[in-house]
Amino acid sequence: MKFMLMMHAPRGTGDYQINQWKPEEFRAHIQFMKDLNKGLRDAGELVGAEGLSPPGQARIVRSHGGGAPEVTDGPFAESKEFLVGYWIVDVENAERAYAIAGKASTAPGPGGKPLGIAIEVRQVMSAPPDSL
Amino acid sequence: MRTTGEHLLRELAPQVLGAVVRRHGDFGAAEDAVQEALAAAAFQWPRTGVPENPRAWLIQVAARKLTDQIRSDSARRRRETKITLETPPEESVVAPPDEAAVQDDDALVLLFMCCHPALTRPSAIALTLRAVGGLTTAEIASAFLVPEATMAQRISRAKQSIKSSGVGFVLPKPGERDASLGAVLHVLYLIFNEGYAASSGSALQRVDLSSEAIRLARSAHELLPESGEVSGLLALMILTDARRPARSGPNGEIVPLDEQDRSLWDKEAIAEGVRLVTDAMTRGAVGSYLLQAAIAAVHDEAASAEDTDWAQIVALYGVLMRMSDNPMVALNHAVAVAMARGPREGLALLEKLDRDPRIKGHYRLDAVRAHLLERSGAITAALTCYEAAAEKTASLPERNYLLLKIARLRSD
Repeated sequence: MKFMLMMHAPRGTGDYQINQWKPEEFRAHIQFMKDLNKGLRDAGELVGAEGLSPPGQARIVRSHGGGAPEVTDGPFAESKEFLVGYWIVDVENAERAYAIAGKASTAPGPGGKPLGIAIEVRQVMSAPPDSL
Repeated sequence: MRTTGEHLLRELAPQVLGAVVRRHGDFGAAEDAVQEALAAAAFQWPRTGVPENPRAWLIQVAARKLTDQIRSDSARRRRETKITLETPPEESVVAPPDEAAVQDDDALVLLFMCCHPALTRPSAIALTLRAVGGLTTAEIASAFLVPEATMAQRISRAKQSIKSSGVGFVLPKPGERDASLGAVLHVLYLIFNEGYAASSGSALQRVDLSSEAIRLARSAHELLPESGEVSGLLALMILTDARRPARSGPNGEIVPLDEQDRSLWDKEAIAEGVRLVTDAMTRGAVGSYLLQAAIAAVHDEAASAEDTDWAQIVALYGVLMRMSDNPMVALNHAVAVAMARGPREGLALLEKLDRDPRIKGHYRLDAVRAHLLERSGAITAALTCYEAAAEKTASLPERNYLLLKIARLRSD
């Protein structure tokens, strides 16, 4: 079963104000994510993972057909959080996906404390109907 | 496209692997060596012709690769640790055992090993397809739509699990035989399901996992002709696959059983499946795969949904329910009851399932209820249930089917 794990950061504090962290805090955070990805790859569970650039550079593209599509830098849906990265994993069951998300959520921030990042877990729609 | 040569290679793959493991012990290394030998043969045979004894050729080449590997590993270790290791095993001149019995045993042991309960099911599936099915890692990866590196890791993990669980290359003890066989059948069933469901999509380039599962089940049946459950699973696959040409529309949309053009069903396959079921039914104990195959046979023999012997299907599901406490079986039973005695009776049975936490909230319960409500004329209630089901299913074709159903009901 494939799941998409979407990592959300709170909009108000802007990417956890990562530019205010100490170098070692930042390094520990990056190392954590690298280790997490390596673990998933080694377990044969990783389908893909990417980090996204901050929402300041995001654009909304819309077209109603005819003419050039409209490109704006917002407004975005008034959500309090935004997507900063995602994993797609192929795992045996939903519980395993939750466990991975739970681990990702503990990525360290300032003072090495777990950030408690919100990870949205969504099953990837697939052809096989699930059975019991 | 697979040529006859490739077909032969894949038939031989498990026998060759069995022989090499039996001789050299290390399953993981032997499996790699056999893959290399298969690749060598795939390259060489079309140019030089198939050798007189292809099996012996493969065993010999695999054994040589394995010895090379052991030599280079130990040479490296020697360099690294400066410890002189004992001389690597001499390249054994392989005299392939000709007795068919040994070959059969090897293939069986291999199957039991790859489906060992110590492995997660995704690992067991991947390893079975490679070691027993003779598929390459790239083929398996593309069949499951994951990167090749991911699949390679999954397979190597599986081999490590086998190693650390200490499973020897021997047949399971008589007391464990049933459980081991159950695990094998479950893995083959999952492979078939994956392929059966996926073939309704657009994945024409992928290895056909249903055919692969049928091929594996066929060889299991040849190895264990007396097992009713093996016959049952093989028959279930064949009888289900026989409907393949009719069960999806031009855009991959689901065509439900009662709307399928039955003239498209594969009559030869149906005859074979029915024969397998009939033979196994008269032979002895009846298990759950055989019962499911019997149900599939009743469907396949009916000229239309109305002509189906629903009473017999109700009875078969009844036996299945007593055998295994599975709410999905109870759900199918309720559908059959509705077909045999009217939607009201079916709906009454669903109420019991509402209280079962294992299926409560499952989209299929909503979908079945929607269907039965629709049949009883309660369109508004049916719509609500169809919507609930469409919202919950994780299967794309299934959701499209449900949404289309909703749209049709609304426009009537």
